Amino acid sequence: MTGRYPDYDVLAKRDTPSWNDVTRRTVYRRLDLPRMPRYFSEAEWRTLGAVCDRIMPQPSGRERIPLPALVDAKIFERHEDGYRLASMPGQGEAWKRGLAALDAEARTRHELDFASLGPDDQDALLRAMQKGELTHDAWGGMPSKAFFEHRVIADVTHCYYSHPIAWNEIGFGGPASPRGYVRMGLNRRDPWEGAEAAPGEQAEARRINQRVG
Amino acid sequence: MSADPFAAPRAANGRAPDVFRHGGWVPMRQYREDDEVDFAVVGTGAGGAPLIARLAETGFSVIGFDAGPYFRPLEDFASDEWEQNKLYWTDQRVIDGANPMVQGGKNSGKAVGGSTVHFAMVSLRFRPEWFKSRSQLGYGADWPLDWREMWAYYGQAEEALKIAGPVTYPWGPKRPRYPYRPHELNGAAEILARGAEALGYKWTATPLATVSAPRGASPPCVYRGFCRFGCSTNAKQSQLVTFIPRALAAGAEIRDLAMVGRIETGTDGRATGIHYHREGQWRFQKARNVVVAGYAVETPRLLLASANDRYPDGLANSSGLVGKNLMTQANQAAFGVMQDEVRWYKGPPSLSLTEHWNYEDRKDFAGGYCWMAQGPLPIEWVTVQTGARGIWGEQLRREMEKYNHQVGLKMVGEMLPDERNRVTLDEERDQFGLRIARVTYSWGDNDKALIRHALDQMHWSLEAAGATEIFRQENDTNHLAGTARMGFDAKTSVVNADCRSWDIPNLWVCDGSVFPTTGGVNPSLTITSIALRTADRIEALAARGEL
Ligand SMILES: Cc1cc2nc3c(=O)[nH]c(=O)nc-3n(C[C@H](O)[C@H](O)[C@H](O)COP(=O)(O)OP(=O)(O)OC[C@H]3O[C@@H](n4cnc5c(N)ncnc54)[C@H](O)[C@@H]3O)c2cc1C
Ligand code: SF4
Repeated sequence: MTGRYPDYDVLAKRDTPSWNDVTRRTVYRRLDLPRMPRYFSEAEWRTLGAVCDRIMPQPSGRERIPLPALVDAKIFERHEDGYRLASMPGQGEAWKRGLAALDAEARTRHELDFASLGPDDQDALLRAMQKGELTHDAWGGMPSKAFFEHRVIADVTHCYYSHPIAWNEIGFGGPASPRGYVRMGLNRRDPWEGAEAAPGEQAEARRINQRVG
Repeated sequence: MSADPFAAPRAANGRAPDVFRHGGWVPMRQYREDDEVDFAVVGTGAGGAPLIARLAETGFSVIGFDAGPYFRPLEDFASDEWEQNKLYWTDQRVIDGANPMVQGGKNSGKAVGGSTVHFAMVSLRFRPEWFKSRSQLGYGADWPLDWREMWAYYGQAEEALKIAGPVTYPWGPKRPRYPYRPHELNGAAEILARGAEALGYKWTATPLATVSAPRGASPPCVYRGFCRFGCSTNAKQSQLVTFIPRALAAGAEIRDLAMVGRIETGTDGRATGIHYHREGQWRFQKARNVVVAGYAVETPRLLLASANDRYPDGLANSSGLVGKNLMTQANQAAFGVMQDEVRWYKGPPSLSLTEHWNYEDRKDFAGGYCWMAQGPLPIEWVTVQTGARGIWGEQLRREMEKYNHQVGLKMVGEMLPDERNRVTLDEERDQFGLRIARVTYSWGDNDKALIRHALDQMHWSLEAAGATEIFRQENDTNHLAGTARMGFDAKTSVVNADCRSWDIPNLWVCDGSVFPTTGGVNPSLTITSIALRTADRIEALAARGEL
């Protein structure tokens, strides 16, 4: 893999003192999530997949983070935020209504459902949602801007950065109990942290990262 | 593998979890429901736990109830932001107002130990003048407490939690050296120091409730950085590993997974006990005194939900102030990018701070603020990026790759009390059939002026420290206060200086709700210090036959 932290893999540390049992159980469960809808219908799942691809497009050449499965699991397993805006229904209902409304908007503008649009048209619709410009009846009074901020952006990006592949991408140390860290100051790296590639020096970082553990 | 802490209560059958040993237990005294215990305390957090411990040590019979589970940190706490959502109060709440206040992990825990199980451990004293902010600084409301007395209780709280901090603290009246030496700075904390010095401000290593050397069964902090998601090593001196074990050793009972739904009152108008839900059914515990310590949303919710024919507006509410004057703290931030590798995920998130603007009164708004170094983990960090900048897609992914070079300064700022900011009961009901809380919040003009000032300051300080690509997070709040304020009389407050309600002499409130103002520092140490004082006052009142 290329990028800033070539070949850095948080999972390489899973049997080191940086991971304890409960962390292993937790992360393995996440990696093994069923790749099919348990909360959403097939049609909603398709729209959700298209939304995820635009909110967090994923580079080719590496395994994909299963975003729709993670979002579906959040709702199916009742992973709650602890609040809702007065103008919004609960998370599951908000998602169902929002995805249906997005399809309705796409059909009104393009006579296609959202997943069948090209990326530019999809982005244009998402941007309109972000600005609160979508007002089709299918929203049922839920402000499209609130749906974008509190559901679409929050859920999709949180799911993305709950996954070890995302941790590798940004050079996050990942799980760290019981070992923790020793080298705290600026420009200090413990041997069990990923090395960042200086411009043009991918090979050196790769060599170090293959031994992180 | 340990049993699921949510499946069934762990504090039962004469024992409670020993949080320091895998699978270990400690003996626990238990009371019958028809035993009229001296104190039933609702909530075991920053305020509830010290009170439970001290009352039991004084010889009272005490039961602490908590809606949350009894965690075993060594076995239950994953190094994982997502999983650890289990520490928070995630039952539904409705939010509205001009600046709806985000709930859940942003401000409420639900566990034995309360929000201190996930708090960031920053342990600061109020500036003395804040206890008289109305008469001495011209805003907010005066507290019926004297700062010199509080200074002594702060000392007790710091000793009980073995706060690790500097030898001399740069602001305010002299205080003793902290019990444990300060923690070393991480990269993010070094940048704060550099930026503060460039502006000519003092800074200090942050006094933290995590030990810098062994303490009993607590090992020193290993700098794993997941503090806000529960400390899996027990270095953090949360109530779960400090006051709760003390309480058990002194003969208190803890009831976990016990949701209190209503306080009962008798024909004489006094509280007689509490209705609570545990193991699938509603139960009733008799008590001579009831203490509510559920934090500034759940405390007014319970008082309001306990309305009856005699008290149609809720308990302790003759002033009409229960639920009103809800406060939060401004938690805005500035972030930037350094050439250096910072790797801010290492160590407690706020290892340095400056209180400069808490002690400087030459400014054109009321109240003060401090700012601290930051160390958001990936999910927290993407929330900042998307919330503050509205970015998504490929641009977001690229920005996130700068993670290890980011630095940030985040304020904790005083917001002013306003009766329009409040907690009320919504029509919607929760899993127990109880009406959920509606939390209404709007910033006032002074709040906005304070935020503007702080954002400029933090921005300049980051710039001076050499950060580039600086952006501001303009919408964030944290911590709760108000809603059952203490004061000087029954018309303008809910409880007196002893946290005793004016209306019902055997009903008390002991948590962040009693704050008349919220100050410009994190609240827990003040909550704990007030609880220690309340315990002393109860002992003194009992000795005089005035309970
Ligand atoms: C992310 C985060 C970081 C923080 N960092 C800091 C920090 O660094 N420094 C600081 O000073 N403060 C910090 N705080 C704030 C601090 O945690 C709280 O101010 C403090 O814990 C509040 O104390 P309390 O006793 O009022 O309530 P809590 O500690 O929240 O305890 C209340 C308890 O009551 C229980 N409860 C409520 N209602 C009921 C009911 N009806 N029946 C049964 N049980 C009930 C709850 O389950 C909970 O366990 C932080 C908070 C958060 C969210
Ligand atoms: S950094 Fe220290 S206090 Fe924080 S979770 Fe780790 S060991 Fe606990």
